[in-house]
Amino acid sequence: MADTYEFSKEELEQIEKIKSKYPEVQSAVMPVLWLAQDKFGHVDSDVQKLVADTLGLPRAHVHGVATFYTQYYKEKMGKYVLDVCGSFSCQVCGAQEIIRHLEEKLGIKEGETTEDGMFSIREVECLGACGYAPMLQVTNDKYVNHLTKEKIDKLIEDLKAGKEPEFESMPVVYHQTSDS
Amino acid sequence: MAQDWKSFKPVLIPNIPDLAKIDVYEKNGGYSAIKKILTDDKWDSQAVISEVKEANIRGRGGAGFNAGMKWSFMPEPDGGPRYLAANGDESEPGTFKDRKIFEFNPHLFIEGCLIAAYAMKIDAVYVYIRGEYREFINMMDKAIEDAYKKGYLGKNILKSDFSVDMYTHSGAGAYICGEETSLMESLEGKRGYPRVKPPFPAQKGLWGRPTTINNIETLANVPHVINNGASWYKSIGPENHPGPVLYGISGHVNKPGVYEFPAGMKITDLIHEVCGGVRGNKGIKAIIPGGASTPPIRGDVIDGVTMDADGLREVGTLMGTAGMLVLDEDTDIVDVITRISHFFDHESCGQCTPCRDGTGWLYKLMSKINNGEGEMRDLDLLIDVCNKMEGRTICALADAACWPVRNAVERFREDFEAKCKKTVYAVA
Ligand SMILES: Cc1cc2nc3c(=O)[nH]c(=O)nc-3n(C[C@H](O)[C@H](O)[C@H](O)COP(=O)(O)O)c2cc1C
Ligand code: SF4
Ligand code: FES
Repeated sequence: MADTYEFSKEELEQIEKIKSKYPEVQSAVMPVLWLAQDKFGHVDSDVQKLVADTLGLPRAHVHGVATFYTQYYKEKMGKYVLDVCGSFSCQVCGAQEIIRHLEEKLGIKEGETTEDGMFSIREVECLGACGYAPMLQVTNDKYVNHLTKEKIDKLIEDLKAGKEPEFESMPVVYHQTSDS
Repeated sequence: MAQDWKSFKPVLIPNIPDLAKIDVYEKNGGYSAIKKILTDDKWDSQAVISEVKEANIRGRGGAGFNAGMKWSFMPEPDGGPRYLAANGDESEPGTFKDRKIFEFNPHLFIEGCLIAAYAMKIDAVYVYIRGEYREFINMMDKAIEDAYKKGYLGKNILKSDFSVDMYTHSGAGAYICGEETSLMESLEGKRGYPRVKPPFPAQKGLWGRPTTINNIETLANVPHVINNGASWYKSIGPENHPGPVLYGISGHVNKPGVYEFPAGMKITDLIHEVCGGVRGNKGIKAIIPGGASTPPIRGDVIDGVTMDADGLREVGTLMGTAGMLVLDEDTDIVDVITRISHFFDHESCGQCTPCRDGTGWLYKLMSKINNGEGEMRDLDLLIDVCNKMEGRTICALADAACWPVRNAVERFREDFEAKCKKTVYAVA
């Protein structure tokens, strides 16, 4: 049976608020796709239709936007999507070892989802945490920095128990001179 | 340099606990620049633009263009809406500094936007933030909400007749949306395809209306210029590239991170004094000074080189975002450049044939060489591909993809050659 998707009354109100931020309704596409993905876990073609119909925009347009941006999941993903940064700062600090460790631990390859639907692994581009390499992001949300095999093992245990990582504040570093 | 970096006190992100809270920001002199302009000294908009232009805040988004000069390109008001788009896409590999402003000093940035909006007669500010920065978007939303509550945003700010609105807009994973015209397409709810220029954003920007795009850090510099004057600002760092800079340092150093210092820091001071040296006391193979699109330089040329437009030009590279990657002597530079080529291949929007095909070719050739299957003539082929891409596309992504490759092949030739199979010429 195909899933049916709809927005609640509160969500529709929220969508009206989003629309009021912009002079044209088309600008609401991205924020409403986000809202939909947060609720349904993905924006497959049925969810894209819902977004298009709710905003009164052509379905082809919403599809075009959803497929341009990599953070929108065009199909169901694992409950926890582990996006490991593979760009250069993380690369030279061991990103590939982190990916290999995850692959071994979860028994899947990069780009795949575990059979129980719990985890997906993806190698992604720079996430803006280059000084805290290697690092990953969990399902478009929290960053986990300074990864080690031990930290990965702990993260997987926690996620399996439903415990999601907390926001890690990475302070600006103040230079200490020897005389200060 | 007018001031010794060791005695420099950070101003973009000063060491004040809870500065992100609006009352703490106010207690520490926050929102005094906009008060000065609107109520105390009553500056007209031209005076604001002149002061900012005089300060020569060079855009911190990568291109280094004088912010006040850019503001002066906005046409005379015609009664219709005008926009400021603040660029927090921060997706250039090696760059992680604007997020510090969102987290630790968002009101300084908001105040900078207010001043820019007043100067250019802007009606609404859109803060475009990469979608991965969900936490930082939430922080910005909170700061904006607080600024509205205190009457710094919205109608009749500080009881003057100046009004402006401010909103965040989340990206969703596309490096190209940091390019200013792609960013506008994305804000309009479309695929992020860069626009052909001209028309320039000041003429025809968001929703066809006059628009200015500035980086987050650029805007955060503005309140200090108003409070302390352009000559104070120019006393920090080199005259031709002044002001404080958020240096984001990553790679093989002992203490990577974001540090605020004057522009024009010596690369060696940043590495050895600020970041505690190279891990394991190793030598330096290469530096990529300002993000993935800035040309890599050899470790043996960095002595005395300063982080500013002129200093870096002397060694054939660019300041970019000041997100500096340090690579130690054991680094496989061919592997690093291959990964950079992968990035640009992945991020090309595909609109222009030379870029869509060229980034693919660069990545394929780099992978071939990196895997030990390349031949010497592939090095010439790489340069050939670059020649066919550069300057022939709608936006600068294609050029950005070429620079690391072209310069690495030239500057690290021996590493490339070592990986290339010796071509065997069969005798007929
Ligand atoms: C491919 C590409 C990506 C860019 N990404 C960013 C970015 O993430 N952040 C940014 O501020 N500028 C980025 N820029 C530069 C912007 O186009 C624009 O010049 C800048 O935001 C202007 O602000 P500034 O003058 O204050 O630096 C990018 C440019 C190109 C060509
Ligand atoms: S140069 Fe590349 S990224 Fe820029 S518009 Fe053309 S295809 Fe798109
Ligand atoms: S290179 Fe990995 S976060 Fe920037």
